[in-house]
Amino acid sequence: MKRFILWLPLAIFVIFAVTVAISLRTPADTRIHSRMIGKTLPDFALQPATSSHPGLSSADLKSGEPRLLNVFASWCLPCAVESPQLIALKQRGIPIDAIAIRDRPEDVAAFLAKYGDPFARIGSDPETEVQFALGSSGVPETFVVDGQGVIRYQHIGDIRPENLPELVAAYEDAR
Amino acid sequence: MKYLPALLVMMTSSAAPALAQSSLPPARYADRQLQDPAQEAEAKKLMETLRCLVCQGQSIADSDADMAGDMRALVRQRIAAGEEPEAIRQWLVERYGAWVSYDPPVEPVTWPLWAAPLILLAGGLWLARGRFRRKTR
Repeated sequence: MKRFILWLPLAIFVIFAVTVAISLRTPADTRIHSRMIGKTLPDFALQPATSSHPGLSSADLKSGEPRLLNVFASWCLPCAVESPQLIALKQRGIPIDAIAIRDRPEDVAAFLAKYGDPFARIGSDPETEVQFALGSSGVPETFVVDGQGVIRYQHIGDIRPENLPELVAAYEDAR
Repeated sequence: MKYLPALLVMMTSSAAPALAQSSLPPARYADRQLQDPAQEAEAKKLMETLRCLVCQGQSIADSDADMAGDMRALVRQRIAAGEEPEAIRQWLVERYGAWVSYDPPVEPVTWPLWAAPLILLAGGLWLARGRFRRKTR
């Protein structure tokens, strides 16, 4: 018993050192998952983000069929990177609405002209209010909203080609 | 010296931020105090205990990020509208989890955090007790 006690501090130190070494090697997950998944969308009504598209309200997302809700900004580089994937989703017949965060109409128009336009409606959220209400913490993020307006899935960060199957599956699940 | 002005221009203009920020000006209440000093004090106290979502080690009171500015605006507007600070905190916790608050509640995940000081103190007393006993012998 006494011998065991003598080794205890060293054992604790080894456990500590191994834990630190492992956590240093695995990058920390700094993503913040929304707690709104499984809940109904908060009520909102956003002005159009650019003249070519209608604005977006929570009622538009309760259309009876599931839709994707993309939270983006023209000033956000990863949002430009994910645009081919959004266009691919649209070509599969998945409807996509968007919220433009802290954006100007001319910048949104230029962004759509440059990177393509997969969106049906784009609401403007100049003070990030609706983004906070959604529990979203950055751009880009993509939500799957079912036909009753319940948030079913959240993708954090840009959609890469390898993420397409999970998004399509989440969309199918929301039917 | 001839090139100094050009150098200065280069130094100041090439400082492109690594993370893009919006070109919109900050929200009205991001950096403007509320009229009522009591309400502003309440808002400030709350802002110091809310975590910035993009710069995750800072409170929204300390951060210069656009998003932190918008969160300050949200806090000030809601305080001005008469909402209780704890209700605003709760609204954010419902969306982002207890993570967003620097004032962690006691719950199954956090109880070791609260209990650890007491357990360590009790352990220390227990060890010290052994020491004292030996001395008196």
